[in-house]
Amino acid sequence: MLSGIFSLLSAGLFTVMDAVDVAFTEAAVGAGISTVLMVGTLALTRRREKISPRSVEPIPLLIVLVTGATLIYGTFDMPHYGDPEAPAHKHAMTRRFMERSAAEVGPPNVVTSVLASYRGYDTFGETTVVFTAAIGALLLLGRGAVGRRPVQAPKTPEAEE
Amino acid sequence: MKKNYILKVSLKPLIPFIMIFGLYVQFHGDFGPGGGFQAGVIFASAIILYTLVFGLRAATEVVSARTLEILVAAGVLLYGGVGLAAMARGGNFLEYSALAHDPLHGQHYGILLIELGVGLTVAAVMVGLFFLFAGRRSVR
Repeated sequence: MLSGIFSLLSAGLFTVMDAVDVAFTEAAVGAGISTVLMVGTLALTRRREKISPRSVEPIPLLIVLVTGATLIYGTFDMPHYGDPEAPAHKHAMTRRFMERSAAEVGPPNVVTSVLASYRGYDTFGETTVVFTAAIGALLLLGRGAVGRRPVQAPKTPEAEE
Repeated sequence: MKKNYILKVSLKPLIPFIMIFGLYVQFHGDFGPGGGFQAGVIFASAIILYTLVFGLRAATEVVSARTLEILVAAGVLLYGGVGLAAMARGGNFLEYSALAHDPLHGQHYGILLIELGVGLTVAAVMVGLFFLFAGRRSVR
C-alpha cells in the first residue's frame, strides 16, 4: 500500500520535473499494476510469517548491505536537479537529437523519436525482456485455474515475488 | 463479490473510457506523452479492473489465457517483423526509413507498428500475470 502511495507521489514529482513520459509509466505501473499484484500475492499467502529458527543470515545480509552501499555511492555522482552543467544537457547527442529529430524522424515528441527510432534496438530488447518475464512466470506458476491444466496449491506459503 | 451492485454499476461505464484512453495514449504517443508501454499498461488495467469487479471466470470469457499467450508473442513478432521488413527492403535491421519511399513516412509507419507491438505485448503480459496470480488458490 505504502509503495503504491510512494509511486503515485513520485509520479507527481516526475510531472513537476517535466518528465511526463516517465510519470505516466510510474503512475500506471508503479501505482497501478504492481500494487494490484502485491495485494493479490498478499491474498494468496498466509497472514502470519513462519518463524524461522535463524533470524539473521550473515551472508545474504552482507550481500544486501554491500549492494545497497554501492547503489547509494553511485547516486553521489548524479547531477543536482536543474544543474545546467549536467551531462544530459551538455552532451553533443542531446543537441543533435533536439535539433535534427524533427527532420530525421518526424514526431514532435522527441522522447518517442529517441525511444522508438534512434534506440529502436534497445526498445526491442526491452520488449523481449517483458516477453521473457511472462514466459518465466508462466513456467514457474503454471496456468493456475485459468488454463487447461490446473496446478495444485503449493505446499509452501512463501510469496513468489 | 457477488452482490456489489454499486461497484458493478458504477465501474462498468468507466471501463470503455479507460480502454479508449489506452488507445489514445497508444496512437497519440508521437505527439504527446505516452507510447506503447504506457498504453499497454492502461489497457491492461481496464481488463484487470473488470476482473476485480466481475471475477476471473467472466474475464477469461472475454480474453482467454490462450489468447493472451498468442498476443504476448504476437507483439514481439510484430516488432521483430518490422525490423526484418526493413532489412528486406534494403535497410538495416529496424531502419524504418527503408519502409516507404519517403524516409519520414517510413519512420512514421515503423514507429506506429513497433509501438503497437510493444503495446500488445505489455498489455497481454500484465493481464496474463494478473490472471496467474488471481487464478491460484489461496493456501490459508
